[in-house]
Amino acid sequence: MIPAIIVFCYLAIVLYIGIFAFRKGASSGEDFFLANRRLGPMVFLLSLFGTNMTAVAILGSSGFAYQRGIGVYGLMASSSGIIIPLTLFFIGTRLWALGKRFGHMTQVQYLRDRWEMRGIGTFIFALTAVMLVPYIIIGVMGGGETLETISGGAVPYEVGGAVVAIVVMSYVFFGGMRGTAWVNTFQTVLFLCFGAIAFTLIAQSLGGFPGLMNQLAASPKAYLLSRERIPPEEFLSYMFIPLSSIMFPHIAIMCMTAEKITHFKRTVIFYPLCIMFIWLPSVYLGVVAATQYPNLTPGQANDVIIRLLTDNTNTLVSGILGAGIMACVMASDSQILALSTMFTEDLFSYYGGRAKYGPKAEVWAGRAFIVAISVVAYGIALLLKDRANIFDLAIRFAFSGFAALAPVMLAALFWKRSTKWGALAASIWVLFGVLGIWYLTAISDPIAPRPPAPRPAGTAPPGRGPSGTALTGPATGQTGPGSPTGPTASAGGPPTGGAGRPAGGGPPRPPSVRIFPQLGDLFLRGPINVTIFGFLPVMPMVLGSALLMIVVSLLTRPPSQATLDRYFPPKND
Amino acid sequence: MRYLLAALVAVVILLHQDIWNWTDKTLVFGFLPIGLAYHGGYSVMAVVTMAILVRFLWPAHLDDETITEPAGSTGATEPRAAHASQEDSAR
Repeated sequence: MIPAIIVFCYLAIVLYIGIFAFRKGASSGEDFFLANRRLGPMVFLLSLFGTNMTAVAILGSSGFAYQRGIGVYGLMASSSGIIIPLTLFFIGTRLWALGKRFGHMTQVQYLRDRWEMRGIGTFIFALTAVMLVPYIIIGVMGGGETLETISGGAVPYEVGGAVVAIVVMSYVFFGGMRGTAWVNTFQTVLFLCFGAIAFTLIAQSLGGFPGLMNQLAASPKAYLLSRERIPPEEFLSYMFIPLSSIMFPHIAIMCMTAEKITHFKRTVIFYPLCIMFIWLPSVYLGVVAATQYPNLTPGQANDVIIRLLTDNTNTLVSGILGAGIMACVMASDSQILALSTMFTEDLFSYYGGRAKYGPKAEVWAGRAFIVAISVVAYGIALLLKDRANIFDLAIRFAFSGFAALAPVMLAALFWKRSTKWGALAASIWVLFGVLGIWYLTAISDPIAPRPPAPRPAGTAPPGRGPSGTALTGPATGQTGPGSPTGPTASAGGPPTGGAGRPAGGGPPRPPSVRIFPQLGDLFLRGPINVTIFGFLPVMPMVLGSALLMIVVSLLTRPPSQATLDRYFPPKND
Repeated sequence: MRYLLAALVAVVILLHQDIWNWTDKTLVFGFLPIGLAYHGGYSVMAVVTMAILVRFLWPAHLDDETITEPAGSTGATEPRAAHASQEDSAR
């Protein structure tokens, strides 16, 4: 129960931060939604990073590494460590400057003005809003589940979800962007500090890592020490996923909060290091956990960090880390605020609400939306408690969808000749891409190859369990529900990049199967994912979006010269 | 210089695909799998790359282009930056 008390103290602190930010703020929309565009460099870096860091970073990465090995770091972390800073450097700085110059608060405001469009902007608004909603629902669900786990069941899911929803709603409601940014900064600092302490304590408790690694190298799970279970096509495809970051409305909006453009300098330089400090220990501990709990199912694997903490640190430290994990789960704050900003600016104000009711009504419309979306998210989290996988799936598709919107933003910023029709074509492609992959996943579920069933786990649920067992028994080595991606080996042909091979002694991963045999390897189904010629859907979605943007723009008329001159001022040489 | 920096970014992105480490299970310093060590080093290389871009390709002109102007004909928004309160900055 002590960890749960620490988590409640933590929730009280973040609530106080939100209320403190409220007292510091003014009542204008610019202040509420963008903290007056005056965030300092450290708050900007840490809150931007904290906003990007979700439960996936800690729980997902270690659970994924437990199943597929150290390659998960390259797959998700080091790729993000270069692509996200590049997008912040090239796109984030431009959004910041245009926001300052023209008063934009959202991506859609900019795109509407840049391409002289109205309805198409509303379509892009709807597309991005729909892709963002699952995150908010998952945040409430994750909060309820985490509190239930940490308290050993004393706080039921329904109460935990309500507590998290109310706390997040309150500090976003009162504090707006300033409160959210401060809370994210606090969460990031907490996580970086106590994550390092926990890593050290776990290492000491386990008697040092070299022995464990040698033990693993000599075991059937040695494949976890290399990337042989990750096909090269999948590894390459993952490079496209971080393009989604800058297209997430909460990240783009946050780019407009920096006081000075120079704040981006530290952010883009230190961002890869922040990712490394969080992800490298998480992935490493996920692999280490395979020596301690060798037979977890994929669903149980997502809890390996909590298991390691509970079994190897004292109650106080695991409670503080529980609060840190809670911080990740509560990353939905930025998304709630972003949705509220979008609703207020792209709909309420755009369609006359601000002109009719005045600027103060704008802030109250935003606040009302925050309450409404929180209540709806909580209601859905209760109704669909046992169907969280629907939203997990939606989030995976949303990553691909946002990544595929990146060419639209790049064209708007850097290609004078681009047109709104190109943007519309690319956006429709994204919509059909997301729906198409969803459909293919649904219809191929019955034929999805199943991994071999693992032996029953020998450990109790997290928060209550005894120490794990020694590394014995057959390796599981499968991918399965809960892991973000599946194998992409071709059906009927030789597996690629080690996929499907019994490398390292573990059982082979099941090969993918053809969804439509007459189409060959075009659409393949693995245990989790649909792939296209072995590549994740994000890759053709991004490339197709870019191609449509170019072709349709060249076939249609660009915006007026006056608009082009505003966004691409003639150089005075 | 721009082409040189573009080439640098392209090379760094290519280096992410370290196919030579795919099945290598060597433990660096006895505890760190080489694939993980490489990508840890890659993260440091990303830091250096970004520092070089900041040093040589920083879009300083953007700072001069932030004089507040009204938005265009679609009425996407209206200039507000000029009205921003100067008294409270969140640092």
